[in-house]
Amino acid sequence: MANDKKPPVGRRGFLKDAAATAAAFVAEPAHGHAHAHHDHDHQHQAVPPDVALRVKALESLLVEKGLVDRAALDAVVDSYETKIGPRNGARVVARAWVDAAYKKRLLADPTTAIAELGYSGGQGEDMVVLENSPKTHNLVVCTLCSCYPWPVLGLPPVWYKSAPYRSRAVIDPRGVLREFGLELPEDVEVRVWDSTAEVRYLVLPERPAGTDHLSEEALAALVTRDSMIGVTKVLPPQAGGRA
Amino acid sequence: MNGVHDMGGMQDMGPLVPEKDEPVFHEEWERRVYALTRLVRAGGGRWNIDAGRYEIERIPPAEYLRMSYYERWAWRLPIQVVKMGLVTQVEVESGTPAPGSTKATPQLTAARVPAMVATRVSTKRDVNVKATFKRGQRVRARNMHPTGHTRLPRYARGKAGAVAEDRGVFVFPDTNAEFLGEKPQHLYSVRFTARELWGDRASPRDSVYLDLWDDYLERV
Repeated sequence: MANDKKPPVGRRGFLKDAAATAAAFVAEPAHGHAHAHHDHDHQHQAVPPDVALRVKALESLLVEKGLVDRAALDAVVDSYETKIGPRNGARVVARAWVDAAYKKRLLADPTTAIAELGYSGGQGEDMVVLENSPKTHNLVVCTLCSCYPWPVLGLPPVWYKSAPYRSRAVIDPRGVLREFGLELPEDVEVRVWDSTAEVRYLVLPERPAGTDHLSEEALAALVTRDSMIGVTKVLPPQAGGRA
Repeated sequence: MNGVHDMGGMQDMGPLVPEKDEPVFHEEWERRVYALTRLVRAGGGRWNIDAGRYEIERIPPAEYLRMSYYERWAWRLPIQVVKMGLVTQVEVESGTPAPGSTKATPQLTAARVPAMVATRVSTKRDVNVKATFKRGQRVRARNMHPTGHTRLPRYARGKAGAVAEDRGVFVFPDTNAEFLGEKPQHLYSVRFTARELWGDRASPRDSVYLDLWDDYLERV
């Protein structure tokens, strides 16, 4: 850092009185950040404007102490922004759809079968695959925090980690599914999986009708992140495919 | 701890707001706090995943609800690095290394990151521990209210279910979170009917499965 000798504002005292500081921002609900674009519809909670500064100060301290390497930090970010994401899970699903022997292995020993395709790592140590059928629909949540199968789905979206989803998925799963546009008949059994331990869940959605002619790669392109969490189904290509 | 993080079954938390084409991170500081949290674990010092969750759970409740997900990580990180012994509280507050302190060499270089993120660090333990329950057996989640970390949600306590699967022996979070030992024990997938959990208005077909440790369960 160029200004090692003159710490920027916000670099000092950022843990001291953290509670009081944070509490002061409760009464100040303005967005503490600017976006390059404003056409998105997600709900941000108010972010204290000094969070970015506090993180920056802590990063500088840890780098100066030789505890972390900046290039390594960039590499971690790059891994989850460009390599580890829901396209991995989509490839697992598509393989299971076209290869009966793979599907059998995937259901019997999910962690190993997923690793066959090159996907393994943190928050995917002990995987369980849940197969949807016309009579059974599986839905995954973590009511206590944000547990999610990183190697196959990447980092979770904001809604998955939000209070509305965490609170409702277990008590009103059909209502949650309706909000995602999925109305399930009464005779379908809904199974909700609350990720309370280190077991991580991947939903194997049903292969949509009318896809017999599609290649494995084309099938993977239809598989959405949300269908592998279990809040939607995979739509056939004529219905728009991946949304 | 009966904290606000234990959200299963709470009501009126607002609508679900999925974001179309959501980016992995929304802000630069989110990228940094995520990566820092992953990397400081390589620097040595006492820490584990359960301790990490417990730290988040101890954010004052009104703050927890107000904060975005990565704000909670930003809250935790300075507390974590001090508790791990990597930096001192004074250094965190001043933002500069203590005079005369030695500079370490980062354990994880960029070249080693792909291997790190692909490494499995399972909490499953290959030890011989007797299972108290069997697949198919009826069990009840204990009516317990520990003041520390636990992974038994309130909505399941006192409720009866059936063991759907024995998942093997895993580290017990309640003790591990406070560095009181791994206390490895059997973990079961337990099926509770929606009606057992939520009453007669729930669908008679639906169910909720939780992964619960031996110490959370008792015979019916």
